Amino acid sequence: MSRVGKIARRTFLIGSAAIAGGVAFGVYAARQPFDNPNLDDLPEGAASFNPWVIVDSEKVTLIAPHADKGQGIFSAQAALIAEELDIELDQVEVSFGMPDKAYYNRALTEAMAGFPLHDTSPTAERVRGFVGGVVKLAMPMMTTGGSTGVPDSYDKLRQAGATARETLKLAASRQSGVPVAELRTEAGAVILPDGTALPYTALAGLAATLPPVTDVPLRDPKEWRLVGKPMNRLDMVAKSTGTLTYGIDHRAEGMLHAAIKVNPRQGGALKGYDASAAQAMPGVKKIVEITGGVAVVADNTWRAFQAAEAIAFDWGEAPYPAEQAEHWAHLSGIFDDDHLNAEARVEGDVEAAEGEEVRGEYRSPYLAHAPLEPLNATVLVTDDRVDIWAGHQIQMFAEQVVSEITGVDQENVHLHNMFIGGSFGHRLEFDFIRQAAEIANQMRGTPVQLTYSREEDFAHDFPRHITMGRGVAKVKGGRVTALDVQIAGQSVMRSQMGRMGLSLPGPDTQLHEGAWDAPYFNLPNLRVRSYRTEALAPVSSWRAVGAGPNVFIYETLLDEAIHAAGADPLEERIRLMGHDVSVKVLEAVGELASWNGPSAGPGRGRGVAYGFSFGVPVATIVEVAATDAGIRIEKAWVVADVGKVIDPVNLENLAQGGTVFGLGHAINCEITYADGMAEQTNYHAHEGMRMYQCPEIRFKALENGAKIRGFGEPPVPPSAPALGNAIFAATGQRIREMPFNKFIDFL
Amino acid sequence: MRLTVNGTEHEVEVEPEMPLLWVLRDELNITGPKYGCGIAQCGACTVHVDGVAVRSCQLAIGDLAGGEVTTIEGLGQPESLHAVQQAWVEHQVAQCGYCQSGQIMQAASLLDFNPAPTDADIDAAMSGNLCRCGTYPRIRAAVKAAAQKLQGA
Repeated sequence: MSRVGKIARRTFLIGSAAIAGGVAFGVYAARQPFDNPNLDDLPEGAASFNPWVIVDSEKVTLIAPHADKGQGIFSAQAALIAEELDIELDQVEVSFGMPDKAYYNRALTEAMAGFPLHDTSPTAERVRGFVGGVVKLAMPMMTTGGSTGVPDSYDKLRQAGATARETLKLAASRQSGVPVAELRTEAGAVILPDGTALPYTALAGLAATLPPVTDVPLRDPKEWRLVGKPMNRLDMVAKSTGTLTYGIDHRAEGMLHAAIKVNPRQGGALKGYDASAAQAMPGVKKIVEITGGVAVVADNTWRAFQAAEAIAFDWGEAPYPAEQAEHWAHLSGIFDDDHLNAEARVEGDVEAAEGEEVRGEYRSPYLAHAPLEPLNATVLVTDDRVDIWAGHQIQMFAEQVVSEITGVDQENVHLHNMFIGGSFGHRLEFDFIRQAAEIANQMRGTPVQLTYSREEDFAHDFPRHITMGRGVAKVKGGRVTALDVQIAGQSVMRSQMGRMGLSLPGPDTQLHEGAWDAPYFNLPNLRVRSYRTEALAPVSSWRAVGAGPNVFIYETLLDEAIHAAGADPLEERIRLMGHDVSVKVLEAVGELASWNGPSAGPGRGRGVAYGFSFGVPVATIVEVAATDAGIRIEKAWVVADVGKVIDPVNLENLAQGGTVFGLGHAINCEITYADGMAEQTNYHAHEGMRMYQCPEIRFKALENGAKIRGFGEPPVPPSAPALGNAIFAATGQRIREMPFNKFIDFL
Repeated sequence: MRLTVNGTEHEVEVEPEMPLLWVLRDELNITGPKYGCGIAQCGACTVHVDGVAVRSCQLAIGDLAGGEVTTIEGLGQPESLHAVQQAWVEHQVAQCGYCQSGQIMQAASLLDFNPAPTDADIDAAMSGNLCRCGTYPRIRAAVKAAAQKLQGA
């Protein structure tokens, strides 16, 4: 590995650390594409022009490498390729393909460049380009996360379709003698001037002998047939008929089923166990030790679950405070220079600013991801090859983990990525892959499917990080004049990357994300400081990561300040907002909701909140009614600017779902620790939203942003503060801590 | 032990306490019904027994008592969709889709007993089925569309 590779691998380049260190690399090397992995075992007569398109005499295959955990990127990737390839989606096979660095995620590096994503100045873009080049050389990560699937794919996959199309036209030209300029393409065929259609499949053999055409200009969006139009997602029929194979549905000849029990005190030791009763239970084939616990392998998942329950354990202590109150007490004590993560933003002088003070302290709890498909992985280990059937968002790292456990070279470890039944960040973790490999490695030659029980899934859900905020706002003359925001939290990135053996130099930007970069440019005095600890429970990226808690803190404090100033919550936000794209988002949500102030009649209230995350400004208005039986959430209006819409139907689904996700957790979810263990063991205690609580949700997308953005996460952050602000408008009760049901009843 | 699933009779050798869900998934390889919680909190395992929606994670196979089981696979197939499935596709309901087998079986059962449900009826019947992705607004719309389609048929 190159020097830059070693440096970057040890430290993982984030923020300005790499640039300040003066790492140099060749521009030429950074621009070279990776080899096309499809060429390694391409059958005779088949052609692959780039990593995303394969054509043989029978069919056209599109590779859609980003993991699909419900966000719809499988279909979006296929549509982007097919748009330029001039083929219909019912004429192709679409596959996740096999993990390869050719599929590394370039867009993910954008957020590492140290500039807020609304900054598209030449300097910011230049540094992004530089950081992207360094990361590509040092650590080309194939990753689905950070709402980057669409921005990563947008140009790249259309280019893949276009170059494949032009190469097929070249082949048609050679075969027919007609100049390329007189050929056109449609529905999977090259069309000659006389109307003769030469199917791509018939051109594969000849095209395979030609060097692929490169650098084809992309079509104007006005010419698009598929992209930007309402789509039928490719997985929709299968998901509506029970015929889609998720990882948990994988079946193989001779496959056995495994269940585990691992120390519920996360990271604690296995001191001892007695499995004699379990050993004798029906269907049990083998009981094996794994890191921190024990696995039962049986001929049926339920039998494995039952036997695992019958094992008596002696668990070690938790490597973090055992009781929840200690976690909060610890956080309240780190607002000091020793724990300063970053003074992330300073405008004007918040201390010298004049005005009436408004103060608040805010809390955001630990939250489980708890995707409905429990964690699972199927692994078959032989002496010279390993196969893994599992959904994962960092596929090659998963292969590396399994290579280290089994001793099989990574090039012979193959992850077959599966459709994922929800993640919300949990499928970025590696424990379930590691455990399945540890089990299967002790049963070489037999495929073993590890399924977490729901209780095990909750016990080992590295939750959303716990956060405490303190804020001081100042108001004068009917306006907000200053915001001073302090955020203290368990470092999510250090915790998560630490489990991957990576260290993070410098600040964890997630501890102020959504607050430092909120583009209220007309606020004259602003300070955002974050404080970091690593002494608490291990945590992980949870949908929207830092922006979730931080937007709640920021937008609740701002709402309190606006109320104290006597201003209108929407109008004052628009006045403070100096970012044109965001101003339009706020104005549009006001129009959509026919905003007429926070009061909506007796016992009714409306709240507004704005969130900026992953480059997407989102504004949400929530309307509630205070009834005798509790708060009823009646309506929500959501407007977002994603730069360019790929599929308006799926986008609306994500907006509605993200809003439900944000509202549901704000109402009734938290993970708390007692005796070092999560107290919530299943959905009865960490429910989220159910249908009877779900408001009517209207959504509008805008396309004024300079860049195309992903939308898996951005709808989530503003929903919780919009709800809290609506409850205040309806009842006068200000709630500064989630979940809200600790303070007020919901219907 | 004998049971009939989607019109086909099967013979399985399992202890009578084994929940129907795991007989279907691990003994018969019928994987449409999903495991989500194991304690009737999520509804992903919903199937019909003699036409009634039940949580298959809670029904011991020994208590099936000859009941005929229909799973999502038996409701309709990709080339022959049930009206509820058709509505799900038309409304592009699913995100991750993992709960949708159970949602659809619950909705089909609701419409069998109550062909013209009100909004409140739909909320009451469907609130035991958890969707972590939050597709509820689309589920509501799809149930209404399916009701109209079935009534018109």
